[in-house]
Amino acid sequence: MADNDFDIQYVANLARIALSPEEEGKLSTQLGDILGYVKKLEELDVTGVEPMAHAVPMANVLRADEVQPSISQEAALANAPRQANSLFVVPKIVE
Amino acid sequence: MEYEAVIGLETHCQLKTNSKMFCGCANEFGAEPNTNVCPVCLGMPGVLPVPNERALQLTALTGYLLNCEVPGFAKFDRKNYFYPDVCKDYQITQYDFPSTTTGQVDFEFGGGIERVRITRAHLEEDVGKNNHFAQHSGVDFNRAGVPLLEIVSEPDLRSADMAYEYLNSLKDILIYGGVSDCDMEKGMVRCDVNISVRPKGGSELGVKVEIKNMNTFSGVRRAINYEVPRQIETLEAGGTLVQETRRWDDVAGITESMRTKEHAHDYRYFPEPDLMPLKPDEAWLAEVRSQIVELPLARKQRFAKDYGIPAQDADVFVGNVPLGGFFEQAIEGASNPKAIANWVINNLQARLTETGTTIGDLKFEPSAIRELVAIIDTGTISSTGGQEVFAELFENGGSPAAIVEDRGLAQVSDSGELDKWCQEAIDANPGPADDFRNGKENAINFLKGQVMKASRGKANPQVVGETLAKLLKG
Repeated sequence: MADNDFDIQYVANLARIALSPEEEGKLSTQLGDILGYVKKLEELDVTGVEPMAHAVPMANVLRADEVQPSISQEAALANAPRQANSLFVVPKIVE
Repeated sequence: MEYEAVIGLETHCQLKTNSKMFCGCANEFGAEPNTNVCPVCLGMPGVLPVPNERALQLTALTGYLLNCEVPGFAKFDRKNYFYPDVCKDYQITQYDFPSTTTGQVDFEFGGGIERVRITRAHLEEDVGKNNHFAQHSGVDFNRAGVPLLEIVSEPDLRSADMAYEYLNSLKDILIYGGVSDCDMEKGMVRCDVNISVRPKGGSELGVKVEIKNMNTFSGVRRAINYEVPRQIETLEAGGTLVQETRRWDDVAGITESMRTKEHAHDYRYFPEPDLMPLKPDEAWLAEVRSQIVELPLARKQRFAKDYGIPAQDADVFVGNVPLGGFFEQAIEGASNPKAIANWVINNLQARLTETGTTIGDLKFEPSAIRELVAIIDTGTISSTGGQEVFAELFENGGSPAAIVEDRGLAQVSDSGELDKWCQEAIDANPGPADDFRNGKENAINFLKGQVMKASRGKANPQVVGETLAKLLKG
């Protein structure tokens, strides 16, 4: 397999996952294999083929601007690890 | 060296829809936290967004109002980042194929008309609202998924005041078009400001500083007025500027560097697989174009030019569209639009304000104001009589001619009766009469007042003056 053109630590950081050195090696190989597999597509001659935004040939799937019932506040917050004052409580956001 | 500021704005405004962008939850401000939410806008796994057609129409309409192109192909993309107010860990937005591109806004500034080019106006979803507490933050997702239009300007602005006027003009256009209520108090408009400086007249751009999430126009103006001298002073002191995001501290009145993250933004945009592309066809676009309205600046220029009214009067009719519509009906076929404008602004608008009523509540037709001005202009009634007619019109409706008739307001210009009143005034006041004869011209005003009193205001003041002069000199 060719040298990977990605930085596994950078990718892991973007995904907010912590990897051990062993995992880094293993996932690096696997991700490289996947990319290599997908790279096969580059062998296709796509001259004259319009780039597509979606695999399904449909457009303009829209809904009318009508209000539908929401779920209850209780249901909305049911899975929140923490809640207070009907808000989802998260670690303090500091910029 | 002399420097100039180079400023571009990214203006986000919430669209005026009933429901959210990709689900049927209400687009409503001020509800109890986390009550206008559902699995779609809470980013639950497995849900499917469906775009709101009205939001797409309003986006295209904005495109037309900002002289943009509205391409026949657009799509949605995912912008990936982690932040507590983005529950899906991505925001649906438009990246490389936005719904509108390349437009411009013309607006009044510094005594002339300025033009700012618009790069694009694209549609995205708003995010949740963070509430900050001592130890934690709390998120309300009622706002998440509200349709949000991001209007990106080219860096054509050169000063804080110019940016301020641009924002106000943009807001007026969006309100006019019914695109957004632009209620600043409700956070419906927010701005990111990009600022750099360069030697005056240069063509290269300097290092750019971004100030994010401004929610008042005056804040934008103050932030620019702080940031531009800061950058110039840094350069003049031999320092270098770094590309960074700065935060505006409204209380301290300064910008400060925000902690820069180890990795610069890498949003990994990719086409949103859950949404089909958009291909607005001609019939759909024609329907949108039928909703195009006259822009505020065009309206102002038209009123001033076509009706010959002063700019500040035109401004009133731009700011109050129904009043302007009433005025336009009132002046049909009239010879004196300026006098009609005065009545509409000084009397009608004032009474509407006092009584808390609107044009729709009026008991008379716009043509009544035209008639009223005509009978004042021809001297049939005095301007004081006009006030009385207007008061009656506003109270009970009717026609000015009928009110004049009913109340006996017609001025007396008949020479027989006027001659008699004038002679009586002269005879009863020999002092002022002699003063006038001895060259004290002002003395006639006293006599005139006596005649007006005798006629109980019905004498035509101009004719009274002429008659008195004739009798005194005779």
